[in-house]
Amino acid sequence: MPEIKVTPLGAGQDVGRSCILVSIGGKNIMLDCGMHMGYNDDRRFPDFSYITQNGRLTDFLDCVIISHFHLDHCGALPYMSEMVGYDGPIYMTHPTKAICPILLEDFRKITVDKKGETNFFTSQMIKDCMKKVIPLNLHQTVQVDDELEIKAYYAGHVLGAAMVHIKVGSESVVYTGDYNMTPDRHLGAAWIDKCRPDILISESTYATTIRDSKRCRERDFLKKVHESIERGGKVLIPVFALGRAQELCILLETFWERMNLKAPIYFSTGLTEKANHYYKLFITWTNQKIRKTFVQRNMFEFKHIKAFDRSYADNPGPMVVFATPGMLHAGQSLQIFKKWAGNEKNMVIMPGYCVQGTIGHKILNGQRKLEMEGRATLDVKLQVEYMSFSAHADAKGIMQLIRMAEPRNMLLVHGEAVKMEFLKGKIEQEFSIDCYMPANGETTTVTTNPSVPVDISLNLLKREMALGGPLPDPKKPRTMHGTLIMKENSLKLVSSEQALKELGLNEHQLRFTCHVQLQDPHSDADTLHRIYTHLKSVLKGYTIQHLPDGTVIVESIVIKVSSSAEDSNTKVLLLSWSYQDEDLGSFLSSLLKKGLPSGIC
Amino acid sequence: MAAHLKKRVYEEFSKVVQIPHEETPAKKLRLSKPSKSAALHIDLCKATNSTDALQYLLQFARKPVEAESVEGVVRILLEHYYKETDNSVRLKIASLLGLLSKTQGFSPDCIVDDAINTLSNEKSHQVLAQLLDTLLVIGTQLPESPALRLRLVEVAYKHLSDTYFGVRNKCLQLLGCLGMVDAPLGKENEGAGLRDVQSIISDYFGDQDPRVRTAALKAMLQLHERGMKIHQIIYDQACRLLTDDYEQVRSAAVQMVWVLSQLYPESIVPIPSSNEEIRLVDDAFGKISHMVSDGSWMVRVQAAKTLGSMLQVSPHFLEQTLDKKLMSDLRRKRTAHERAKELFASGEFSSGRKWADDAPKEKLDTNTVNLIASGACGAFVHGLEDEMFEVRIAAVEALCQLARSSPSFAEKCLDFLVDMFNDEIEEVRLQSIHVLREISTHITLREDQLDTVLAVLEDSSRDIREALHELLCYTNVSTKECIQLALLELLKNLNKYPTDRNSVWKCLKFLGSRHPTLVLPLVPELLSTHPYFDTPEPDMDDPAYIAVLVLVFNAAKSCPTMPALFSDHTFRHYAYLRDSLSHLVPPLRLPGRKQVYGLDSVDSGPGSGSVESAQLFLQQSLNRVSTIQNLEAPGAQDLLDLTIRDLLRLGELQTELAGAADFCATYLRCQLLLMKALQEKLWNMAVPLCLKQNVTATAAAQQILEETYKLEFLYSGLESRQVATIHHVRLQAKALQLVLTARTRQGLDLLISSCEKFLQDVESFQRLFLTELPHLQDSFVDKLLELMPRLSSCKPVELVKILQTTLRQSGLLQLRLPEQIHRATATIIEPTGESDNPLRFTSGLVVALDIDATLEHVQDPQNTVKVQVLYPDGQSHVIHPKPGDFRKPGPHRHRLITQVYLSHTAWTEPSQIEVRLLLAYSSSSTSLTSPSKLGWSENLESLPPAEAAVEGTIPFSKAVKVFIMPKPARR
Repeated sequence: MPEIKVTPLGAGQDVGRSCILVSIGGKNIMLDCGMHMGYNDDRRFPDFSYITQNGRLTDFLDCVIISHFHLDHCGALPYMSEMVGYDGPIYMTHPTKAICPILLEDFRKITVDKKGETNFFTSQMIKDCMKKVIPLNLHQTVQVDDELEIKAYYAGHVLGAAMVHIKVGSESVVYTGDYNMTPDRHLGAAWIDKCRPDILISESTYATTIRDSKRCRERDFLKKVHESIERGGKVLIPVFALGRAQELCILLETFWERMNLKAPIYFSTGLTEKANHYYKLFITWTNQKIRKTFVQRNMFEFKHIKAFDRSYADNPGPMVVFATPGMLHAGQSLQIFKKWAGNEKNMVIMPGYCVQGTIGHKILNGQRKLEMEGRATLDVKLQVEYMSFSAHADAKGIMQLIRMAEPRNMLLVHGEAVKMEFLKGKIEQEFSIDCYMPANGETTTVTTNPSVPVDISLNLLKREMALGGPLPDPKKPRTMHGTLIMKENSLKLVSSEQALKELGLNEHQLRFTCHVQLQDPHSDADTLHRIYTHLKSVLKGYTIQHLPDGTVIVESIVIKVSSSAEDSNTKVLLLSWSYQDEDLGSFLSSLLKKGLPSGIC
Repeated sequence: MAAHLKKRVYEEFSKVVQIPHEETPAKKLRLSKPSKSAALHIDLCKATNSTDALQYLLQFARKPVEAESVEGVVRILLEHYYKETDNSVRLKIASLLGLLSKTQGFSPDCIVDDAINTLSNEKSHQVLAQLLDTLLVIGTQLPESPALRLRLVEVAYKHLSDTYFGVRNKCLQLLGCLGMVDAPLGKENEGAGLRDVQSIISDYFGDQDPRVRTAALKAMLQLHERGMKIHQIIYDQACRLLTDDYEQVRSAAVQMVWVLSQLYPESIVPIPSSNEEIRLVDDAFGKISHMVSDGSWMVRVQAAKTLGSMLQVSPHFLEQTLDKKLMSDLRRKRTAHERAKELFASGEFSSGRKWADDAPKEKLDTNTVNLIASGACGAFVHGLEDEMFEVRIAAVEALCQLARSSPSFAEKCLDFLVDMFNDEIEEVRLQSIHVLREISTHITLREDQLDTVLAVLEDSSRDIREALHELLCYTNVSTKECIQLALLELLKNLNKYPTDRNSVWKCLKFLGSRHPTLVLPLVPELLSTHPYFDTPEPDMDDPAYIAVLVLVFNAAKSCPTMPALFSDHTFRHYAYLRDSLSHLVPPLRLPGRKQVYGLDSVDSGPGSGSVESAQLFLQQSLNRVSTIQNLEAPGAQDLLDLTIRDLLRLGELQTELAGAADFCATYLRCQLLLMKALQEKLWNMAVPLCLKQNVTATAAAQQILEETYKLEFLYSGLESRQVATIHHVRLQAKALQLVLTARTRQGLDLLISSCEKFLQDVESFQRLFLTELPHLQDSFVDKLLELMPRLSSCKPVELVKILQTTLRQSGLLQLRLPEQIHRATATIIEPTGESDNPLRFTSGLVVALDIDATLEHVQDPQNTVKVQVLYPDGQSHVIHPKPGDFRKPGPHRHRLITQVYLSHTAWTEPSQIEVRLLLAYSSSSTSLTSPSKLGWSENLESLPPAEAAVEGTIPFSKAVKVFIMPKPARR
């Protein structure tokens, strides 16, 4: 039986370092090639030695597909393609292709220039790597080679995030990457058609969470900002440069527009401007509202949001500032925070999770006195708010996607083991399909039951249709007679005559005969007549003939009667039928074995 | 004997038969035209190949065919059809047959046989489908013939087994449009036995082609629409189709399930995989709720819309739609809504939010968490969060419908609706505000909810703000803090958007009168009074202060203890506001003050009794007037004068009857004018001696004409009888004009032409009001029509004489009032015309003037309402506002918010221009002469010649003066 093998090199029962190997129909595909944020050693990148100990990967992989531009999905790409060595095609969507190198370059700068690491990929390597990328469009079927085809679906999550449908022959796998089933201010919801893949590989970050309505959170956020601005306070929103930042910008921008507010909003420069530029370009990847209104005004051309300058932080009056990085551990956001922390009118809104040890984590846990470097302490008087905006599908969303795609098997990655366990149980219970959750390096094998296409001769089909009533009734399957010819890698179903002709064989008649003993006191001819009338009453709708030469013929079945030698009351019936009438023949023989009913003359 | 026989025979033969006198039917004239069929035949014969033939047919299809020649054309087409070998030509012919059988006045039963015959010989599937379509047209044209219907259904049944989907589609359509559920069919097909249409159609629910499946569902829906009883058996099949791969099938299936749930709401269906049973409507509701998270947005819209009309669903299921059990790391989490409620309940609203204050508390049992809700779980939560705003709007509307029928659900969905105020699309926000207003009778807003609602007051969109004001008018709040909060926010709004003044005041008026007891404890604070010290008197022109006063005074109306808290100046301000803003400030019983009776007494008790008495009074006045038989009767004029005055006053006092009273008064004024004009002694004098009287009479005639147009077009709710009366007066005025023309001018040509015109008018009157003529006994027209044969033949001079006498002899036509008459009115709110600062702009350039007006009882304002700008030099511009500038805030009410562009050459000093609204009318657009719809074969020429349309405008608002100053351009 054909099999599909899935081996996560990263993201198996874990978040980060997404890298999944899939073998399908003799093709090997790598899905995502990410890095792990939590490590700084070799564990940072997936273990490519799993594929081959030495030498390049090109021979072992047919293609690499990157679902979106987050570093935990594409961070190891230059390492893999340039340092380990891979020359095959790399597929990603247009926006991913555009934004991915910016993030990689930024990542490289931080690791090499700031932390001083050596043996890391260089700018040139990123460029070389990007040259191998083939861009994908949504819903466009791309033939990687003769047999392997891939198709991208919209996934929400971030700009350009895609789910991929991978198909070889009739076997297929869908990999979701990260996706979001609830639309937000700038992106739509993930969507897939009923493609019924053999395996659906889904992320499961929020496997055990069902989220509250998005509007509540948005409203809360806006209200907090608005109140603070009205009080004359300054609002600091630490963000990471891409993704949520754009959503919050749009949220604030439209709110400012609607409420006619005048307080300035600043966005600390850096990556963002370049990235915003791409957001402006890839309007088709955004949600309905932005797509529909961009002709009048591109929503990413912010009217109220301006670039931030360091000196603005001391300006009097209310303002809102988006600053990087998101956890207040370094950089501009920390500088601004230090400046504003002393005033209770000000506010800081943390829009996401903070790692332990960062200032963000500390203040969220209610610490009011912070120790800074140089033994200085900082009194935190400003208000601290927490607002979660996350763009992963929650448990309900995952279930919804499963319902949309109707997969035959399910495979969970990109989540914590305990949570996966729960979701796995739920999926198996609700959909009664198998669900797998392999750990890193563990291979899951799924046997598939591919359908084999067979050509059927038109004549045969027409003949069968003419035989059995008006239309093929989908409710009742029908058997048909034909001959399957396997020739030169192709299958053909033809009528037996044609098969014989093609093969140059003569037709052999196959007849079954059987004797049935019957107790009947009448003469042979009478018995035969009695049989004739009996059959006539039982088999309506069949042609039954009583021939003068002492036989009864039902369709092609011949019945003869002769008395047995010993006892003239025991009649021996001779039944003979051809192979084609097997059903009717066996029915008749069993019928006649029961004897004739007495009431027939 | 023979003689006797003979006699009998003769008797038989000589029987007198009385033929009932038949009225000879009026002959209709029609211009005869060369036969279409002949031309077509020649064309088709000329065609050498199929392309040519197709061209001819295409050309032919562009021209209409009259009913008489249809049959001939059909014969020719059929003849050609049999000969034709090309599929496309046959297809075109088949479609032409369908078109032709739609011709009005042509009965297509004669071509049924031919069409069915062609069907049996046809090989091409496409042509077959087209022929079936033709049969469908024929079948729908002849709904009265059961035999034909049965035949067509048989035909459809026979072709259902075709392999081409289009043919099956059409067959199903035929079955759906013509089939009867009770009548079995399929007799000749012994295999199938007797089966009814419904089961045949339902067989095709499982067809392999999605288009056929859709057609089958649609056919079933069609059966339902035609009033056939659909059986419950197909419910399971329909439910299965909800998971079809194709969206159009799913969409139709949603409709089907809905129909069944409406037909059999109470029947019991089993839940699969358990032995419980539930009501069918609940089951259907659950299934359709599921479709709200479908993959296709069309289906989602359909499902969301459908949910709204399933009112019989049990409350338990209904409330599930808003429930989405929150969970975080397997622990039950409370929704933000619940948390807000709890915070509010614990008395501490504004707590500093801590991180993770939404931290989940209780541990959940993993088995009880149901991720795919089997029922309606969270359907609306999904619907309201959908990506497509169409789905969101549909969900909001559905919420509204359901909430209106279930107060407890209304209470529950409140939070969700309030959340929608924050939607990214304005349309959705507006819709949810409207919805909240509609269900606001069921609910009381909590403080935190009100807070969220009020936040929207700062929205920059005027529509949103006004919708919100409207909402606040109808809202119940629970505490005095809420009132204070609302007032504060409204004042803030007023400060930010001063143009909202009227709307804010009105809102506060209702807020006050709804919550008098909540306002009472706030009064000292609101009026900033102090127990010991006198506080400075606030500025009376401050809109914010007026807003506060409006709130307080309206609350004081039903709270007699409140005036005791007022300070002196408050009373003074009350008197002032009662006069200046009487629509906002109610009459109060103030201690130590004389009640001013008069107007107030009427206002304070506008019970139904007074309306009735006013109605009675109106009727009596009309009766009194109707006693005037002779126009020359002494005192008749005085009586009319008095009655008119009474009516006008009545209209002022009783707003409900204002329209009717005005209408009557105007009508009577017309009569009075006519009377005066006729009574002049001039009629006995020689022409040159009465030049002056002539002038007044001419003016009177002109005025009557204008008034009649006002009567006809300014009032809504007129019936054809009143319109006839109005036209009658107009005819009288025209007659008067004619007589005057005859007396003053000697030009005979002019006279002849105006005589002809008058006769035409009379004729058209007769044509238009044929049904009303019996009511016009003994009137001017009645007499005129009697004399008509003579009139049309006599000389102009004679005609004028006759007219003159008839005019003077005819009596007063009594006016009968219809149920409701409303006068179209318009009030310009903006500009107010109070500004002393001229609008300065450079001459030659334009300046935009914002206009804001409310229109009442105007039908079709998009086409009729215009803005007129009158410059001091007499120049006048009429501006037609865009259709998008009209909004409809309520029934019979429109709001016009538009900009007009002004421009002029330079002036030396500022001056005033006048802006007013006009109601445009055109006599051809009267509702009575509704232009008959042009059929395919009908010609414009066959219509009666249109009456020369009189077009004009009626000013129906007060003119507002605007100070402008075009400055000369600086070089």
